[in-house]
Amino acid sequence: MKQKDETLLEIHDLSVSFRMYDHGLSQTDLEVISNLHLSVHPGEILAVAGSSGSGKSLLASAILGILPPNATVRGHLHYKGQELNAQRQKQLRGTEIALVPQSVSFLDPLMKAGKQAEGHHRPRTPAPIKSLFRRLELPEETERLYPFQLSGGMARRVLVSTALLTDARLVIADEPTPGMSLEQAMEALGMFREMAREGKAVILITHDIDLAFEFADRVAVFYAGTTVETAPASDFRSGPDRLRHPYSKALWNALPQNGFQPIEGFQPYAGDLPKGCLFAPRCPYRTEKCIISIPPVREVRGGEVRCYYGS
Amino acid sequence: MKGIPGRLVRIFFSYSIKMISLLLAVSAISFVLVTASPIDPIQQYLLGLGTAVSPQQRAEIEDYWGVNEPPAKRYLDWLSELLHGNLGESALYRRPVGEIISERFQSSLALMLCAWLLSGMIGFILGCIMGMYQNRLPDRIIKKICYILSSVPTFWLGLVFLLVFSVWLKWFPIGFSGPVGIPESQVTLRQRLYHLILPAVTLSFMSFANIALHTRQKLAEVLGSEYVLFARARGEGDLTILLRHGLRNILIPGLTLQFASFAELFGGSVMAENVFSYPGLGSAASAAGLSGDVPLLLGITLFSALFVCTGNLIANLLYGIIDPQIKEAAP
Repeated sequence: MKQKDETLLEIHDLSVSFRMYDHGLSQTDLEVISNLHLSVHPGEILAVAGSSGSGKSLLASAILGILPPNATVRGHLHYKGQELNAQRQKQLRGTEIALVPQSVSFLDPLMKAGKQAEGHHRPRTPAPIKSLFRRLELPEETERLYPFQLSGGMARRVLVSTALLTDARLVIADEPTPGMSLEQAMEALGMFREMAREGKAVILITHDIDLAFEFADRVAVFYAGTTVETAPASDFRSGPDRLRHPYSKALWNALPQNGFQPIEGFQPYAGDLPKGCLFAPRCPYRTEKCIISIPPVREVRGGEVRCYYGS
Repeated sequence: MKGIPGRLVRIFFSYSIKMISLLLAVSAISFVLVTASPIDPIQQYLLGLGTAVSPQQRAEIEDYWGVNEPPAKRYLDWLSELLHGNLGESALYRRPVGEIISERFQSSLALMLCAWLLSGMIGFILGCIMGMYQNRLPDRIIKKICYILSSVPTFWLGLVFLLVFSVWLKWFPIGFSGPVGIPESQVTLRQRLYHLILPAVTLSFMSFANIALHTRQKLAEVLGSEYVLFARARGEGDLTILLRHGLRNILIPGLTLQFASFAELFGGSVMAENVFSYPGLGSAASAAGLSGDVPLLLGITLFSALFVCTGNLIANLLYGIIDPQIKEAAP
C-alpha cells in the first residue's frame, strides 16, 4: 500500500447483504457482495469487470450510499483517507462523487434534458451547460428536449454531462456502453479518458471484458460478489501467463479471440456461496485449504489476488 | 409537440361520436324501462292537476298526450322534441324540465365542485404521504382509513356527520341550502357556503380514498424507478425528489382519474343531497323517481349521462396531452 496517500477511494472487506423473507416470517440475509477489496487513484480508469448478476451495480450504490433500506453494509470505505460514512456519502454524492448511469431510463421522462443536466443545484451561470453541450456535440435544442426525444447516443451524452457539470473527483460509470455501436462506445470511453486526464478517478463498471482490457488502466475481476484479482490492464492484454487468479485466466481463455474455451460449472448464487474460496468448486487447482477457508488478498507482481496459489 | 392539437381534435371527435351513440342508447333504454314500469303517466299528471276527471275526459287527455300510440312512435316523437330542446314538463313541479334541471344543477354543481376539489386535494396529499412513508406507520394508518371510507355508504357517513357536527357540536346547519324562513333570493353567499360545507365534506370523504390509493401506487412506482435512484445518486433528498420528480410524474394521471370519477360524484350527490335535504339535482332525481315524474326522471337520466361523459371526455383529452410521453417513456 505504498500509494496510500494518493488513493482516492479505498474499499476494504466490503460486504452487502439483503434481508429477505423466505417463507412466512423466516428471514435470511442474502450476501450479494462479500469481502470486496478495491482502491482507485486520481487520474486512472479502473474497470470493474464481471459477468451479469455478479453484483457490480450494487457496488456503485454501496459507494454512493443509496442502497435500498433492507440492505446492510459491512466493511470499510475510505474516501481521501477519511472514513466514508452515511453522512459523508450524503454530502459527497452529486458533488464529489458522481454516477453516470447506464441508460435513458435513468432520466426523468417528463423533464427536459437541460434541466436534468443542471440538476437540483442550479449552476451559478447558465453558460457552462451551453458550452458543455456544444463540446459534447449535442445540438442546441437538446436542452429543450424530453428524454424520449433523444437518440441513444444523445441520452448517453446528457448522462455524461451530469457528471461533467459537477466538480466530481470520482466518477462511477455503470455499464456505459451496451447497445452502442463501436464508434459510439469509443466516443463515450473517450469522454471518460478525458475525465481521467483531468485528474478524476473513474470506475468503469462493465461486463464487456474486451473493453475493460483494452481501455482501462487497471482491471478488477469481479466474481460472485467479490474481486478475485486486480491488476494492470496490460497484464490482461498480454495473456494468461501474466495473470494471477485461475478465474482471470479462464476468463481470458473464454474470449472468442483467445480460443473461446469455456470452463465447467456456473457462478454460485448469492445465498448459496461456498464456504471457502468462491471459485473453488470450479477451480482446476483447488486444494483442501481452498474449500475450507477464504484466501486473503495478496499482493503479487503489482496486482492483488485473492488466491492461495496465485503467482 | 405539433402533433398534440391534432391529436386532441381527433380524440374530441371520436369521443363525441361515442358520446352521442351512448346518449341515444341511454335514452332508448330508459324509455323502454319507463314504458315497462307500472307508472301511469296520465295518473301522475291528473294527481298533479288535483281535480277529478270523468273517464271520457281522461280518454281525451290520453289521446292528447298520445299514450295509446305504438311505443316506437312515442319514442321517436319524444326524441325529436328532445332534439328541439323540449324536455317536457315536470308533473311534480309543473314547470319545464329543462328549467328545473338547469336550476337544480347550479346548486348541485356548487356542491359537487367543492366536493371534487376537496377530495382531489385531500386524496392527493394523503396519497403523497402514503407513498413517501411506504409500508411504514403513517402509510399503514392512512391506508386503513381509506379502505374503511371506501367501504362505508355515503348516506351513513352523512348521517354520522349530521349527528356529530350538527346535532351534538352544532357547528353546521341540519340541512337545506339556506336558513329556514328566508326567501331563496335573500340568502347570502356566506349562508350558502355555510350550508354547503357539511354535504361537500361528506361527498368528498366518499371519493378521496380512491385518488389517495391511486396516488400512493403511482408515487411508489416513481420512487422505485431508475430515474429516482439516479436523482438520489446526485444527492437529492426525499423532499426534493418528491417536488422535482414525484409531483411531475403523478399529477396528470391523478388529475385524469379525478375527472373520470364524475360518475361516482354524481351517484354520491344523490345520497348526500337526500341526507342533507339539499335542493340539488340529486334530490330532484330521487323525488322524481319516488313520485313517478316521468319527464323529469328521463331528463335527469339523460343529463347525468351527459355530465359523466363530459368528465370522461376531459380525462381522455388530458391523456391525449401526456400520452405521447407515456407511450415513449414506457419500456
